[in-house]
Amino acid sequence: MSVAWTETAHQIAGGTLHLMRGGSGRPLLILHHDIGSPDRLPFYDALAGSFDVLVPHHPGWGKSQRLEWMRHPRDIAAVHAWLLSDLGLKDVSLVGLGFGGWIAAEMASQAPAGYRRLILVGPMGIKPPAGFIYDQAIVSYLDYPKAGFHDPAAFTRVYGDVTTDQLEQWDICREMVFRTAWKPYMYNQALPHLMGGVHAPALVVWGDDDRHVPISAAAAWQKALPNAKLETVAACGHYVDMEKPDELARLVTNFVNAN
Amino acid sequence: MHLMYFTEQPMAAYDAQEGLKYGATALTFSNRYFNPVEASRLYNEYLEEYVLAEECGVDGIMLNEHHNAPFCMQPRTNMFGAILAAVTKRVKIVFLGNPLPLSDNPVQLSEEISMIDMISKGRVVSGFVRGGGQEQLANGVNPAFNRERFVEAHDLITKIWTEPGPFRWEGTHYQHRVVNPWAVPVQKPYPRVWIPGVLSRETVIWTAQQRYPYIALNTAIDATKTIWDTYSKAAAEVGYTAGPENFGYLIRVHVQDTEEKALQNARQFMWMQGEFTGLAHPVWANPAGYFSPSGRRGFVEFAVGRAKNPRGQPTFEEQVRDTMIVAGTPDQVIERLKHLIEHTRPGIMGLWGNDGTVPKEDRRRCIELLGKEVMPAIREHGAKLGLKDPWEANAPVHLKYSTDIPTMRAAAE
Repeated sequence: MSVAWTETAHQIAGGTLHLMRGGSGRPLLILHHDIGSPDRLPFYDALAGSFDVLVPHHPGWGKSQRLEWMRHPRDIAAVHAWLLSDLGLKDVSLVGLGFGGWIAAEMASQAPAGYRRLILVGPMGIKPPAGFIYDQAIVSYLDYPKAGFHDPAAFTRVYGDVTTDQLEQWDICREMVFRTAWKPYMYNQALPHLMGGVHAPALVVWGDDDRHVPISAAAAWQKALPNAKLETVAACGHYVDMEKPDELARLVTNFVNAN
Repeated sequence: MHLMYFTEQPMAAYDAQEGLKYGATALTFSNRYFNPVEASRLYNEYLEEYVLAEECGVDGIMLNEHHNAPFCMQPRTNMFGAILAAVTKRVKIVFLGNPLPLSDNPVQLSEEISMIDMISKGRVVSGFVRGGGQEQLANGVNPAFNRERFVEAHDLITKIWTEPGPFRWEGTHYQHRVVNPWAVPVQKPYPRVWIPGVLSRETVIWTAQQRYPYIALNTAIDATKTIWDTYSKAAAEVGYTAGPENFGYLIRVHVQDTEEKALQNARQFMWMQGEFTGLAHPVWANPAGYFSPSGRRGFVEFAVGRAKNPRGQPTFEEQVRDTMIVAGTPDQVIERLKHLIEHTRPGIMGLWGNDGTVPKEDRRRCIELLGKEVMPAIREHGAKLGLKDPWEANAPVHLKYSTDIPTMRAAAE
């Protein structure tokens, strides 16, 4: 069964937000990685089999307009919450991928009873108790995404030979990361203190070879969230959705649909 | 003409083999290879050489600032500015420049520059720069807002220098509740501001719009002419005709008593593996958001190793041939520089005399020959060509002080 994805544009906070939507069922909002999102992914298609899947581009990433005033993932979170409000969606579950996990956590902190389930996949947002979040400022546009995969073949499967267009996009993504997450780099010192009020049961997923966000952070998330369980994915890097799409889709589906 | 002496103040006593092994000599090349005992010796030698330069008749001493790298031992340009304010009497102290975006407190920066201007009895030229990408990373400053911070810091500092406090500043990147420093420059309306640069077209245009002189750093003759054209057009658009007083040029020049020795020492200009600011990953020099979007596509290809450096990497011989490095006896150097200024027509020149591991005796001899023989000849030739510096031309410190733009005159009246 192939999924019919629709693309729409929404006027939010002074700019145009791009949204891709497909499937039917309980609504699932996917917050994409710091390196942006390919238009189509097996992970999105798999979820669209069971859910109404929404994949917006963060403002300034991909096809969404840059908002010059934006300074923090909290601002990105507010834009996505605004989108959900405009669409009249309730009981949405959030799937935050990496940097998108930080955004999802910010959304939950601002609306503690607002979401059905919270799934955080190798999230940035809390300072790891051991090690550092990989600094993309120091490495090339190829080395950074490559370091997010356990298996180099998985990188090639998704990105192929990597076009110049893609390199340009990655530079733009990096620029947006700097505009919104420069200092402290990739975490919010307040966030661990604000997770305690989140009603939604949370699933924290980590690739066992995540070189972008040390797995030591998983324990910090479990401690901060009142109702969280941890799943690790074997032989997998930071980009779990791209490296192990079926396994992650299964984890998400079971978790969101369980009572 | 205004002729300056310049050196990066190279950390000549670092382990170059370790740098090559590591694969970089900037930003993350460990400071375990920095020897403060040797640096202490070098700092004191460089200080003596600045005093010598003044004695030998240079018009100004050009200072700069770089971080985390052996090619330059000036992590704070105002430090040496303050020292020169005390140990020199006549030369202009030319900051080229204070990297404005690196400062989280432009008020404090203005205080430092003001103090140096007062202590030197009005000899400061307060150049401002954006600072290279590596400098942003070394100082933890966001490269994506580099240009905005540069302009806002400039506006805040020049407001401090031209309007009495206390006032409040609620800017985009800087917010200050009580701007009222009891330190302002002695020069009025404020010290001359020169803007050095290499590549950025936006910076050239901004500089022309302020009517600040633009100092091209070691660019090839063609690139320099492109810069002058861009500047002149922007100048015309705001109502004035740019002249030599608006242009400066930094060039590497090494002089010795024999051509052989001069050329041998001049090879030290390539000592950072031929890279201006040391061997570095391209994304360090140009972090995301730092350069203009029009350059993005070419840059990303270069940054992942798919394309050549857009700046090119000319060899030593090519640079000598193209007059990007000038080396020889005083007569030979004078000949080359006369030719150069006939074509590029600057009112300001920085002669970058020494680099790398050139020994102390040779550095001093170069300074003597530059100051006593080369500069007088170039000054004289420049005068014949009408190449006036900003003081000789009585140029306004900023566009708003122009007396030759009708609308400005009307506004002033």
